[in-house]
Amino acid sequence: MRNKSLLLKAWGLLVALPLLPSLVFAFQSTTARRASYGGLTPQAHWEELWTEVMWDITIIGGVYILVALVFFFAFKAKSKDGVGASPKLSLQAVIGWVMIPSMLFLGDDLFLYVKAYELHTQMREVPANAQEIKVTASMWNWNYDYGDGVDADNELRVPVGKPVVLRMISEDVIHSHYLDKYHVSEDVMPGRITWEWFMPDKIGKTVITCREYCGPNHSKMFGKLIVLSQKDYDAWMAEELAAVMDKNTSSQQVASITTGAPLSIKAVQ
Amino acid sequence: MMSTTMGHEPNGTPGWPKTAKEWLFTLDHKVIGVWYLIASLAAFAVAGMAATLMRIELGSVGPDITSDGNIYNLWLTMHGAVMILGFQIPALLGFVANYAVPIMIGAKDMAFPRVNALSIWMLWSGILTALANLIIPDHFNGMWTGYPPYSLTDLAGNTALYTTVVVTIGMSSVLGAVNLASTVAFMRCKGMGWFQMPITVWAVFTANIMQLIFVPVLAASVLLLSLDKYLGFGFFNPEVGGDVLLYQNLFWFYSHPAVYVILLPFMGIIFEIFSTSAKNMVFSYKTTVYAFLAFIPASGDVWVHHAFIAGLPDWLRVLQSFTTLLISLPFGLLMLSLVATMYKGSIQYTGPMLWAMGGWMMLVFGGLTGIPNALSSVDYGISDSYVIMSHFHYVMAVSGSMAIFAGVFWWFPKLTGRRCKESWTKLSAIGFFVGMNVVMGPLYIAGIAGMPRRYMDYQQFADNTTIVNMQYISTIGLYITFASVLLMLFTWIHGMLKGEKSTQNPWGSQSLEWTSTALIAGQGNFPSPVSVAKDWHPYNYIDNPKPAFSSS
Repeated sequence: MRNKSLLLKAWGLLVALPLLPSLVFAFQSTTARRASYGGLTPQAHWEELWTEVMWDITIIGGVYILVALVFFFAFKAKSKDGVGASPKLSLQAVIGWVMIPSMLFLGDDLFLYVKAYELHTQMREVPANAQEIKVTASMWNWNYDYGDGVDADNELRVPVGKPVVLRMISEDVIHSHYLDKYHVSEDVMPGRITWEWFMPDKIGKTVITCREYCGPNHSKMFGKLIVLSQKDYDAWMAEELAAVMDKNTSSQQVASITTGAPLSIKAVQ
Repeated sequence: MMSTTMGHEPNGTPGWPKTAKEWLFTLDHKVIGVWYLIASLAAFAVAGMAATLMRIELGSVGPDITSDGNIYNLWLTMHGAVMILGFQIPALLGFVANYAVPIMIGAKDMAFPRVNALSIWMLWSGILTALANLIIPDHFNGMWTGYPPYSLTDLAGNTALYTTVVVTIGMSSVLGAVNLASTVAFMRCKGMGWFQMPITVWAVFTANIMQLIFVPVLAASVLLLSLDKYLGFGFFNPEVGGDVLLYQNLFWFYSHPAVYVILLPFMGIIFEIFSTSAKNMVFSYKTTVYAFLAFIPASGDVWVHHAFIAGLPDWLRVLQSFTTLLISLPFGLLMLSLVATMYKGSIQYTGPMLWAMGGWMMLVFGGLTGIPNALSSVDYGISDSYVIMSHFHYVMAVSGSMAIFAGVFWWFPKLTGRRCKESWTKLSAIGFFVGMNVVMGPLYIAGIAGMPRRYMDYQQFADNTTIVNMQYISTIGLYITFASVLLMLFTWIHGMLKGEKSTQNPWGSQSLEWTSTALIAGQGNFPSPVSVAKDWHPYNYIDNPKPAFSSS
């Protein structure tokens, strides 16, 4: 009796072993890495994790398929009416059969989960200095509103090196704002404001495209993310502001003639 | 009084009914099973054609065979809805559950033969209504998911048709589930304990329990769509206080378990064929059964992984990211058990075995590619992309189809009394496997490169050589698959008409449908009630006691 319970305890220790690396990593991760995310941008962090997950599943799959192939070759029938001779399992063997793989899977799950949780924290915590841009989606158009009357359709211009948070809402059906190369997408819907943030780290153009089915022109609902140097961005913004001012001045003047209302403060700025 | 006895009282005569009247008004579970099979294969043909057209359209940038988004989206909607609701679920929970399960457990019929007849004809009316979508002018094109608010707009077409199809097929499924669960629980032959049932029976039973729990939620949610659209209730309309996300939560609360409703029975078929082909006991049979059962609770708390980017709270995303990962435990055990069943076996590589191995291999790829998707932060980069699309085709669509076809080839001798040509069976299995890998493998890579799902064109990615090349290669795979499906159909027709006459038990199975009934079982399956001994087991190939018959 005593021996049996000892044996079961030994099993318990053995099966808990694969969990250890995950727990160690989880501990490390929550202390050391979390503050800076290893100095990675969210997109580089994402790519690092993606590569790691791909290796992870390739190794698991590779080992599994290899064993399977060995079995498939080794146990090919030698005669037409041969029968198999699978071993009868003892209780301990059954417990081991269930617990060892389960704990291995659980260990791997935990390992990946902790890493993904860390990335999740980075992708869902907006840096304090982020520039906010309002996105309004409609069939089949993206509108980007920078405030001060500056807005643009299907072209999102941002300065390099400064985080951007998009606050998004839809006028009609559900869309999803996907930033290619930044590995970030969030649904845009009526009745709820959703958001995503990204760190533009390279000057150049990338694709923005809709990722939630939104009707016959779903695949044509795309635009461009244009990352500019701070200087170019400032120049563009100045130009846009000037254009807005022109437009406001002229339209407000017309309005004031017909209604006699005073010019708004904004237009005077 | 015709219908009270038609088709299921034992009459000792093997063979199929001879008259059209008997086929139409039958209460015999086997005939009903065949009706399920015909319906699901017809659905496969239609949905497969839709896939073919889409793949040709996507072969290159720009319009190839249509430039009309509405037409393309009709194909897309039909492909998804008909493949799942018309082909896979009816083939597994209709054909396998009705045709095979009662004989496998030694029952003379289902528990409620009349309800069974109601289920099949409701399914047919559902499928015919779904096919009507191809000819009506305001066809529904809101995808198989039918997300509001799009499905509430005029652009989406006839939402009432969608509601009708889902509710009709859903009711048919619920009736079928009650029937099957009762049959398995109460109509097993004398002596057959729960742990003496074939794995296929366990798998179908588990899937049906899940149907009973989850289908009503789906039926309610799609019914709310029509109430919203036509009667202005506003459940999903934010302007009057509704919420568009409510639908997604309800829908996926059913539709993720629905993946296992398909996955478990087809894994059951793979187990059946693997074990019998290797003449080996299913490895650790009992734990395998428990792994199947573990899917019932495990599948109920993972639906948010379909909505990681849908604006739900972050804590919910990371929570259900973890519960989703936990699915790997029972799933991993099933996959290990499949391979361990080969250990010290005596494997015969028959045609159905090759089909089952193809399904198993697809399942390996599909299961593994599920891991990145379960991680919420990784999902932000691949959500609604070809990565997801390729993953679920591997894990459920293609693997499921291969296992279903393996099942058709497996029970073919019992259905027709004849054998399919082995070489053609094997060639079609290899062709289908290679073809679908050439279709879906490159698309996974295109998905990593950024290609979104449900696109009729990808001109914004015209400079992205990875996406353009992968789309092109994928379309080549389609032709290989298409040819293999034609070969498979030809093999069936040839086997049915000209195939070599089958022996009683061509695969050397120990399961009752092969050992204890006529090859083409007649009404009531067993002329006199069958019983099994305590140490009888469907996968004991060494010293299994023979089932006995009592004189009724």
